[in-house]
Amino acid sequence: MTAKSKDELLHDHNHDGVDRRGFLKCMAWAGTGAFCIMQGGVLKSYSMSQMAQMAGKVGAGELSFVQISDSHMGFNKAANPDVVGTLKTAVDKVNALSTPAEFMLHTGDISHLSKPEEFDSVDQILKDAKPKDIFYVPGEHDMLNDDGKQYLERYGKNTKGAGWYSFDKKGVHFIGLVNVLNLKAGGLGTLGHDQLEWMEDDVKHLKSSTPIVVFAHIPLWSVYPEWGWGTEDSAQALAYLKKFGSVTVLNGHIHQTMQKVEGNVTFHTAASTAFPQPEPGKAPSPGPMKVPAEQLKSVLGITDVSYVHGQHALAVVDSSLT
Amino acid sequence: MSTAVLFATTFGVGFAGLRAGEGNLSAAAQQKPDATEVKIDNFSFGPAELKVPVGTTVTWTNRDDIPHTAVSTDKTFKSKVLDTDEKFSFTFSKPGTYEYFCSIHPKMTGKVVVQ
Repeated sequence: MTAKSKDELLHDHNHDGVDRRGFLKCMAWAGTGAFCIMQGGVLKSYSMSQMAQMAGKVGAGELSFVQISDSHMGFNKAANPDVVGTLKTAVDKVNALSTPAEFMLHTGDISHLSKPEEFDSVDQILKDAKPKDIFYVPGEHDMLNDDGKQYLERYGKNTKGAGWYSFDKKGVHFIGLVNVLNLKAGGLGTLGHDQLEWMEDDVKHLKSSTPIVVFAHIPLWSVYPEWGWGTEDSAQALAYLKKFGSVTVLNGHIHQTMQKVEGNVTFHTAASTAFPQPEPGKAPSPGPMKVPAEQLKSVLGITDVSYVHGQHALAVVDSSLT
Repeated sequence: MSTAVLFATTFGVGFAGLRAGEGNLSAAAQQKPDATEVKIDNFSFGPAELKVPVGTTVTWTNRDDIPHTAVSTDKTFKSKVLDTDEKFSFTFSKPGTYEYFCSIHPKMTGKVVVQ
């Protein structure tokens, strides 16, 4: 990507009209993840390649964090034989930030097969990241064989139930949800009664002016149910958030960036650090998308967001891994 | 001489087969299963519906780059997580309709009808 196109993206970002709606927004970028800055209740995000240019743009009292997703450690097929390398590249990008991110979110599929050595490897690589706090939610690949027991031991020590929890950072309320367990035949992601009940209680006493960030692995909006890209009971979860002026939902799972704005809620999916997946319905299956090796990093960084649903969809194509 | 021997041999096999058809093995002998293998390709089970006689062993093979499982909704069988090219076999000893799915990608569903 040329410097010119980066400028254009930044320009679009600042004049794309989302601010008029007064809602949170988090533009998404490809490749390694999105860098988000909370400013006055508005969540802005920048592509990885733009991060290095962010020097001085984050002032006191503002919150910045990074979302990474779907590192699929252990995956070694043609779509990316070196998921270690691409995750390291992602970490390098995070560390190159002029304004350091305060923490990271990992939205699941840390590992490919839930093997201890896969989790170990990710932990080792992420130790090199400058942000030391990493908040996880599990993907379905992290809970294979043991219904998430290992995941909970490693990443969910202070969580409830199957690994859900919430925390506050500078006035922003973060809610990490688990929607990859107890999946029913023919169904989508599931939150389940216990988690929904907890969530209702968790947000009950918050002021409606509190910015909310919800993060979970499988999208909490109906991206493409034919491929299982949605969550059965997400409507109930979102109903609990109706009173809040700004809600941002950050998901992974689909290995491409997408965004939708619906009322007070902005939905956003992050790219994978491991391999891309096809656009909804544009392939026989949602399996890993194979590209020539020399194009891998650029494809990780190139996500078509033409699947526009709702009134507003904003996402910027980036080639930051090249 | 050699012709006579061949004839006898052929007759013998045919006779044995006939006898089997009259006995306990009638179901197996009369209707051969279409397939006893289910291939997992492109996030789908193929064939999605399989009809087999009682006693058939069905083998699932994952040919995707992504792990899958085969788990019956009534918990009769449950494979471990199958990585690429890994297999799972289950022998159906009772008649019935066994619906199953991939517990990782629940949109993937299939059925084994055991007669």
